[in-house]
Amino acid sequence: MKVTLIDYGAGNLPSVERALLRLGVPTERADTANGLAAASAVILPGVGHYGALIRALDENGLRDALLASIQRGVAFLGICLGLQALYETSEEAPELRGLKLFPGSVRMLAGAVKLPHMGWNQVRRVPGGSRLLEGIEDGAFFYFAHSFAAIHQSGGHPNGVLATEIRATCEYGAEFVAVAEKGNVLAVQFHPEKSGEAGQSVLRNFVRLAA
Amino acid sequence: MTLARRIIPCLDTDAERVVKGVNFVGLRDAGDPVELAARYNAEGADELVVLDIAASRDRRPTFLQTIRRVAHELNIPLTAGGGIRSLEDARAVIRAGADKITVNTAAVLRPELISELSAEFGAQAVVLAIDAKKIGTRWTVMLSSGRASTAVEAAAWATRGAELGAGEILLTSVDRDGTQIGFDIPLTAAISRKAAIPVIASGGAKLPRHFAEVFRDGFADAALAASIFHDGRQSIRGLKQFLADQNVPVRLPC
Repeated sequence: MKVTLIDYGAGNLPSVERALLRLGVPTERADTANGLAAASAVILPGVGHYGALIRALDENGLRDALLASIQRGVAFLGICLGLQALYETSEEAPELRGLKLFPGSVRMLAGAVKLPHMGWNQVRRVPGGSRLLEGIEDGAFFYFAHSFAAIHQSGGHPNGVLATEIRATCEYGAEFVAVAEKGNVLAVQFHPEKSGEAGQSVLRNFVRLAA
Repeated sequence: MTLARRIIPCLDTDAERVVKGVNFVGLRDAGDPVELAARYNAEGADELVVLDIAASRDRRPTFLQTIRRVAHELNIPLTAGGGIRSLEDARAVIRAGADKITVNTAAVLRPELISELSAEFGAQAVVLAIDAKKIGTRWTVMLSSGRASTAVEAAAWATRGAELGAGEILLTSVDRDGTQIGFDIPLTAAISRKAAIPVIASGGAKLPRHFAEVFRDGFADAALAASIFHDGRQSIRGLKQFLADQNVPVRLPC
């Protein structure tokens, strides 16, 4: 199996490639809708500005192609901004539309002392567990680098609605979504490609789920 | 759940070899960057910094090759810098495999560089390196590896840097660098309290208790050191265990 990485110019794309290479998984890059047509597993890496990601998806016709492949049942993993893009909107670029696969919006971690939320923080599963975190101890540390997040409101959702896609959370200023899973749509706010052994395990789990 | 305090080994390179200096002068060879990077990655380092201390134009391709080779060894974040003067320089370093870049002198001379880098790569990728020295009663920003002073006050520069879009500050005490008598706690505390972004303390570390002090009393978010790790006197694993015993939140290596 080959993993297709959406190439919109994200700085962490080569790191994700290297991490998959270490697992012995071949990758290819797709920067157009055509590149996604035959994909069997897709990763949307992302780092930087939400607006840059959404604009790049729209300008290159990748939005519809990505949604179509998800519709077909292709396993999808969003990383960092790739998770945030799955919600309806983001405070970082309120004029733009997200992919709207999950309800709610992404907001600034305003309660935090310092932003970005930068470094290694612990991730806790919600009841029911997580497929991406299988085999990884609860409370394991992952590497985060972001200022915006899908903020979890007491037992609920970014917008206060019960959300079944939330599989694990992290806390920094506020409790936010660290891992989201719904069918073939999987996403993590942290950077598995930079999270040591625990991160490698998340990528390995994704590849296994995609196979 | 707590954000862990980070331990960051630093490789000062002359483009292809790791060197170590005392107060920025008197350089000695300390090994191969790729070997050291692999060792620190396995030992539980939270990130790695690679600096090109010579930062000469003609040696640039060699430094980029070093970044590529080091990045290949890591599954933790990599920061690279030294001599980054333009967006173009930064692009080359990011393309070679760095997750973040540090800027120092060029940002003091032209602060808008910080905004340009932040707009292109995101704040999380821009580390403002500040070399500070106490002159009279104030901490002054120094340039050219600590040799030239400026009229800029360190805390004011840190605040400005954060406003311009830097995502972190790498704060080096020129007075303490290479002395091994401990981090400059008052300097680190002053900048950490003022800055709205994380601060990495650097300069003067030798003993595990120095790290405990800079986290507890200096409010540092991360601590960086070079030679004490290179020569094997202090293992990262051992340091983190010490910090955990002192109730400093750290990510213990598995």
